[in-house]
Amino acid sequence: MTEALKPEREADVVEAVLAARLGGTKLDIVGRGAMAGLGRPRAERRQLSSAAMSGIIFYAPAEMTLSARAGTTVAAIEAAIAEHGQMLPFEPMRPRALWGSDAEPTLGGMVATNLAGPRRPSVGAVRDGVLGLKLVNGLAQTIRCGGRVMKNVTGLDLTKLNCGAHGTLGVLTEATIKLAPKPEAETTLVMPDLGESKAVEAMTRALGSPFGVSGAAWLASGMGRAFSRTLLRLEGFADSVDDRAGRLASLVGDFGQVNTVTGEESAALWRSVRDAEFIAEPSDRAVWRVSLAPSRAAAFAVGLDETALAHSFDWGGGLVWVATAASETAASAVRRAAASAKGHATLMRAPDSLRAAVEVFEPPSALGLRLSRGLKQSFDPDGVLNFGRMYDGV
Amino acid sequence: MSHIAFPRLDETILSRRGAIVERLAAILPPECLIADESGRRAFETDALTAYRRLPLAVALPRSTEEVARVMRLCRDEKVNVVPRGAGTSLSGGAIPQEDAVVIALTKMSRILEVNLADRLARVEAGVTNLAISEAVGPEGFFYAPDPSSQLACTIGGNIAMNSGGAHCLKYGVTTNNLLGARLVTLDGDILDIGGEAMDAPGYDLLGLVCGSEGQLGIVTEAIVRLIPLPEGARPVLFGFDSVEDASQCVAAIIGAGIVPVAMEYMDKPAIHICENFAHAGYPLDVEAMLIIEVEGSDAEIGAMLARIGAIAKAHNVRTVRESMSAMESAQIWKGRKSAFGATGRVADYICMDGTVPTSRLPEALQRTGEICASFGLRVANVFHAGDGNMHPLILYNVNDDEERVKAEEAGAAILEMCVELGGCLTGEHGVGVEKRELMGRQFNDVELAQQKRVRAAFDPEGRLNPAKVFPLGERAA
Repeated sequence: MTEALKPEREADVVEAVLAARLGGTKLDIVGRGAMAGLGRPRAERRQLSSAAMSGIIFYAPAEMTLSARAGTTVAAIEAAIAEHGQMLPFEPMRPRALWGSDAEPTLGGMVATNLAGPRRPSVGAVRDGVLGLKLVNGLAQTIRCGGRVMKNVTGLDLTKLNCGAHGTLGVLTEATIKLAPKPEAETTLVMPDLGESKAVEAMTRALGSPFGVSGAAWLASGMGRAFSRTLLRLEGFADSVDDRAGRLASLVGDFGQVNTVTGEESAALWRSVRDAEFIAEPSDRAVWRVSLAPSRAAAFAVGLDETALAHSFDWGGGLVWVATAASETAASAVRRAAASAKGHATLMRAPDSLRAAVEVFEPPSALGLRLSRGLKQSFDPDGVLNFGRMYDGV
Repeated sequence: MSHIAFPRLDETILSRRGAIVERLAAILPPECLIADESGRRAFETDALTAYRRLPLAVALPRSTEEVARVMRLCRDEKVNVVPRGAGTSLSGGAIPQEDAVVIALTKMSRILEVNLADRLARVEAGVTNLAISEAVGPEGFFYAPDPSSQLACTIGGNIAMNSGGAHCLKYGVTTNNLLGARLVTLDGDILDIGGEAMDAPGYDLLGLVCGSEGQLGIVTEAIVRLIPLPEGARPVLFGFDSVEDASQCVAAIIGAGIVPVAMEYMDKPAIHICENFAHAGYPLDVEAMLIIEVEGSDAEIGAMLARIGAIAKAHNVRTVRESMSAMESAQIWKGRKSAFGATGRVADYICMDGTVPTSRLPEALQRTGEICASFGLRVANVFHAGDGNMHPLILYNVNDDEERVKAEEAGAAILEMCVELGGCLTGEHGVGVEKRELMGRQFNDVELAQQKRVRAAFDPEGRLNPAKVFPLGERAA
């Protein structure tokens, strides 16, 4: 394998893409490789890493916006904004538990994978927090999308299009993101020993309440405890969190016991939920991320029967993590069940052989695939960038 | 002579008008097709009323399948299509032309499903924005984006323009509150994008379609997020002697970790115009006013307002008026939301929609005033201070051609300033025909070409809502 390209400036990216295009080379776009286990397996190809393009370009705390180069680590950004009492609202997932990678995810990888954490139902995904992007498309052209302001409908929203596009449309070089104040306090209500249906019912009642629930997850028994746990998180100013925690506990009191954890203990719990730690072991299992309407989660998970070796819920049931055997049989069972629950499944972790044998991302309709290929063509007509990473021909 | 140009008409289409109308009549019942001149008049413009063009015909389909049939017919006949909701666009996003068929979604206005467990509603695109909140309000939910025209404007139009509103500081704009859409392509194919789940697979087509101004397809149905109503909400008026104090107060509030649901700014002319109209009790002796709304329980509201009040005091606030009742709150918002209508009673106006980084607001306001003065025009400013989305209302006389051109030139100069200060041409109204020629100020040719190629992936010949968004160039008549 040839040495990875590590451009330090955008102009180097332009040059590298141009050279690859002219030379008929396919590029494998990565940051620090933290998310390397995600997507259709990579063929032998030239790697282009954005890791050397790092640094915060501007940070305006009073505007809650920050702009940085794509190779800047998420950790570095979080550290810088924590000094001003701010945070990334969408809680981007870390890859350590799932892929066993020690690499720090980068801003570019965070945008390209769009893997939002537990705050998804209340504040949105990564894509909802990205205000602008700069990228180099497959024609080696620099394209600015969006900007640095929170409201912007000037032209087509290519920013959102590139969020979650897995680097197939452009090499991201810069991103501008929206931040949020870091809550002064957090409290998690923990309800032990609810089954899937009851848990979703409790989470639905909580998320439908006016108490501003910012996380609702269910962890099955065996994930660190002998009994299942339903978690409901409240965040904000301390007096307000205390007040709401009391009233939320009464609201869901008829489901059974309600315990409370606060502060760092609560935060650690939600970091585990964010990173799917509870489902990561044993590491030879395939792990699926299934999105569906929360009301369909319990029937979906229970219906998987023995195919699911483990499962847990986030997003009030809107996100189901499923561990299965790393087999094609299990894969088709998950896909079938997800489809009949009007949801869709992403194969987050599996050996290369399985990711080559089955689709990693939910296959689009014929029209969807045609449009996706058209979009790919419009950015990268020669298929230089992460070609085939999402779908065949995309 | 209009300042905004329109493309050359397709003579072939004009000469075949009778045949095209006949074909439309064959696939639509009489009550779903408007071909006579007086009927078409109602569709010749939107809220950018200075420009009017009669459409070839107006189709009023009742279902997605009917939309698809009309689209296929238009594709086969090579006729341009202009999608239309309620026609409240301030940027001319729904203005047709003589060689185009308008497809208006007004007959598709049903709420198809309310699913409170999953906090979503499935609606037809012609439903009004407010109708959704009204339908789910009694159950304790609402649909968050609240453009000032929410009584009339449709969800389809909101999606086309990615509309915002006063409360998007906390809840986001349309794109953040949309789960799914049913899109009819120019070929008459039907594509469901997104759905009931919070994340959609593949490319973010929903994000792309939202704000695409009807150029990628026609959205006939949407799945929108419903949000639990807060326990209570209270707006407070803060009056300041200087623009700087008001702006710095906004920055300090956000800096303190407080994100109110709304922070609206009005300058002196706007305060006077709105107060005369709504009698909301706005302070008339201040230079700038903020309406700040916070939500929660009584105790939370009290605590939050105490924090905000202390910050305002540190920024030399002169008058503070807290709403004491639901009626007062309604009056306060009525004043703000009727700003455009109230201004319309005083003079004709054009409303700009540029956004600047909030730190540049004082400068942007000062330069807005200078720009308008240099054209001999008056301006009133109302805007969303929390996100820097400005709405200067440039006052002029619509019957004075010279003054109208001046107003448009002043507007363009203001938008160029917004871009120069690091902002953008339009925060929530869309580009439409109005700001089309300014796109080159924000994007270079390579970037515009990229956007056009994306559009072409859906509509290679540019038949859907033509003459909008992208500079007309040599296609001008």
